[in-house]
Amino acid sequence: MAEKLISKIPEGPLSEKWTKHKSQIRVVSPGNKRKLEVIVIGTGLGGASAAASLGELGYNVKVFCISDSPRRAHSIAAQGGINAAKNYQNDNDSIYRLFYDTIKGGDYRSREANVYRLAEVSNNIIDQCVAQGVPFAREYGGLLANRSFGGAQVSRTFYARGQTGQQLLLGAYAALNRQIAAGTVKSYPRHEMLDLVLINGEAKGIIARNLVTGEIERFGAHAVVIASGGYGNTYFLSTNAMNSNGSAAWQCYKKGAFFANPCFAQIHPTCIPVHGEQQSKLTLMSESLRNDGRIWVPKKKEDVEKLRKHQIKPSDIAEEDRDYYLERRYPAFGNLVPRDVASRAAKERCDAGYGVNETGLAVFLDFKTAIERLGEDIIRKRYGNLFQMYEKITATNPYKEPMMIYPAIHYTMGGIWVDYNLMTTIPGLYAIGEANFSDHGGNRLGASALMQGLADGYFILPYTIGDYLASKFKEPKTDTNAPEFAEAEKAVRAKIEKLFSIKGKESVDTIHKRLGHIMWEYVGMARNAEGLKEGIKRIQELKKEFWSNVYVAGENGEFNQELEKALRLADFLEIGELMARDALNRNESCGGHFREEYQTEDGETKRDDENYMYVAAWEYKGEGVEPELHKEPLKYENIKIATRNYKD
Amino acid sequence: MDLTLKVWRQKNAKSKGHFETYKVRNISPDSSFLEMLDILNEQLISEGIDPVAVEKGCKSSGPVSFDHDCREGICGACSLYINGRAHGPDDEVTTCQLHMRKFKDGDTITIEPWRSKGFPVIKDLVVDRQAFDKILQAGGFVSVGTGGVPDGNAIPIPQEKAEESMDGAACIGCGACVATCKNGSAMLFVAARVSSLALLPQGKVEGAKRAKAMVAKMDELGFGACTNTRACEMECPKHITVNHIARLNREFLCAKFKD
Repeated sequence: MAEKLISKIPEGPLSEKWTKHKSQIRVVSPGNKRKLEVIVIGTGLGGASAAASLGELGYNVKVFCISDSPRRAHSIAAQGGINAAKNYQNDNDSIYRLFYDTIKGGDYRSREANVYRLAEVSNNIIDQCVAQGVPFAREYGGLLANRSFGGAQVSRTFYARGQTGQQLLLGAYAALNRQIAAGTVKSYPRHEMLDLVLINGEAKGIIARNLVTGEIERFGAHAVVIASGGYGNTYFLSTNAMNSNGSAAWQCYKKGAFFANPCFAQIHPTCIPVHGEQQSKLTLMSESLRNDGRIWVPKKKEDVEKLRKHQIKPSDIAEEDRDYYLERRYPAFGNLVPRDVASRAAKERCDAGYGVNETGLAVFLDFKTAIERLGEDIIRKRYGNLFQMYEKITATNPYKEPMMIYPAIHYTMGGIWVDYNLMTTIPGLYAIGEANFSDHGGNRLGASALMQGLADGYFILPYTIGDYLASKFKEPKTDTNAPEFAEAEKAVRAKIEKLFSIKGKESVDTIHKRLGHIMWEYVGMARNAEGLKEGIKRIQELKKEFWSNVYVAGENGEFNQELEKALRLADFLEIGELMARDALNRNESCGGHFREEYQTEDGETKRDDENYMYVAAWEYKGEGVEPELHKEPLKYENIKIATRNYKD
Repeated sequence: MDLTLKVWRQKNAKSKGHFETYKVRNISPDSSFLEMLDILNEQLISEGIDPVAVEKGCKSSGPVSFDHDCREGICGACSLYINGRAHGPDDEVTTCQLHMRKFKDGDTITIEPWRSKGFPVIKDLVVDRQAFDKILQAGGFVSVGTGGVPDGNAIPIPQEKAEESMDGAACIGCGACVATCKNGSAMLFVAARVSSLALLPQGKVEGAKRAKAMVAKMDELGFGACTNTRACEMECPKHITVNHIARLNREFLCAKFKD
């Protein structure tokens, strides 16, 4: 089976690979594009940009989203910014430097060729978005403004206040709307993909549930693109939107697409701490805040005690009694270390007893120095909406007192395995954006998710999919009456009926919360072999309980959010197990995957390049059977492998 | 805190809706409004109310359906009319950002869906807002395809113009403006898009055409006319002002003048 993992990375010098590849892949003539149909699942930055671009090229596109409008996809919530190697600031940025920072930030577990291409097209994205009317922040002279993000020593992040994801998505959504109006794209809002249909081993369509009527519908195409995002909600509490889920990707895995590096989940350092058991989700405070905010805890335990008892305010603590621990430990990058490093450092201080709220799980993010230096007005201009959001949630004014933050699950670097063309191990099935695995390795740098989603959707997939479709235009339209469709539909109906028939005692959310506790405890920020084994056992038990004791209210033939949640949770229970399994296999620490057994003396990640410099791609082998591990070795021909160093 | 909730229940678009009254207890003031509804739903599920059985009385029971997603005020999915106000009794927040500390122990809270001809009810508190997508499809874009565009810094844009454009672009498409307007007008929504694009050189090119097409689509879809009561601006969670409506009117008149 090893031959299935052919990455198709072109030969030749790194900087010429993409150009050369584009010139060698096939294209489809305009007349033939009209005969070809493509299904796109998801309308975030990846899905919307891909669907729009494919529609412009002349393909017949069907685009699906679970929300009432494509505009609500969770890319909308990205706050901080998008990276590009424009070097507008003259600070010696370049495509190579963005590439290098991304590989290093990912702790040497991503593909060189993919990341270089990402850096290469990053500049086109900014031009594209400006042309669409995205109101990026500008300098007084009218040129585009930049700020810095974690893991970089240059200023290359473009932004629109604290709403960059929203503005970029509205740009892609507008491009999509233009194609919907032109008739090249048909939009199916409130539709959820429940299965992938293969004919002769090729992706030919999907089974979807109309979320308004409950009807189970069949859709055929010549190719299917998965752009359904990540699986962070496996943890129940995360910064993901409530409806974000891993189910579309998981159906592909169960139909034979390999799932790569599932254990690489990003824990974001700056989220609002958990308030209590009634909590439903965690709110992110943009990483951009670390440009001007300084992270600290008190040096003295007695100050910690007083804070927890509300006897003093944080602003009462004198400067010399504050431990700016990131600046202390990582002088070269200070508060702008990558996310995994900042998260672990917060956990280390809290574990040592310096957490600043009642739960002991919070540190301060303080703007005092910046406000003294720049004035409140400039800070308001830069982060006004984030400060307002913080105040509405916590009832604390962050202009006066520091914010309290703690790490939370945010993004999943792992995902469906894809080759250089973004095609999965199933012919005709593509995965883009967060749903694939390829660009971020063990840890994603801030402002790189938006870059990747749009790179894949605008500038990569529209080219590479042509190479596959060039051999398909002679094929007739996919017949949704084919037995493969009937069989897939039958399986979906049986699954739904089974869920209703259980009539157990536990609600869907109760079981999901329990899964979240298991995941955070055993597959969270720090993992070890014993805990992971225990985690797998507990997840398996919970899965059994789910299938024997869940209560799903209502019925199928109606708008039914309980059924939606139950179907997604059924998959989260399996995703969680694969994450734990992958984490157990990877006997090293790298990026966001921290195994307690593998750390340096000062608590940093200790990689094992000799044995684990590979992509772990898992193949589904059937219910109750252990998945098979395939390894794609990672080769670094242009970058010198080194231990990540953010200290000097 | 303990609360009494009067919640609009409606089985589907065709059936007639009604209010049902529920009690919830031990709600933390730090919980969000939607977390409070999560608790209500857990309660309704645990009571095991069988919706099929109650249906005979033309009731929709079981957990209450409501749209929500990001729960941080940006996706625009949540859309509740709480005690007679879109997004409830706090300023510049969406329903998901509303926290229970804004209420008092013992309060009775009335919860309804958006009520507007343009937004038919799908179930309970969930409405169909596809009309907004259709309005944007009529012209809420700049007609550029992927690729072949100039460098991002080729056209300088004055900072204040970019900022003003961003003010309009911040619209989340929640529909509070429509739900609040006594005429059920979508003028603020349309204006936010038209104005934010018209302020930029990239959007200016098609400005007049865009204004005309989007207004025509809004009228066609059954949204009411604007009579300048400014209620929309008061309830907009993103503080989008009627200045954008003024700019829309300018673009629109310009287009009509050219006709």
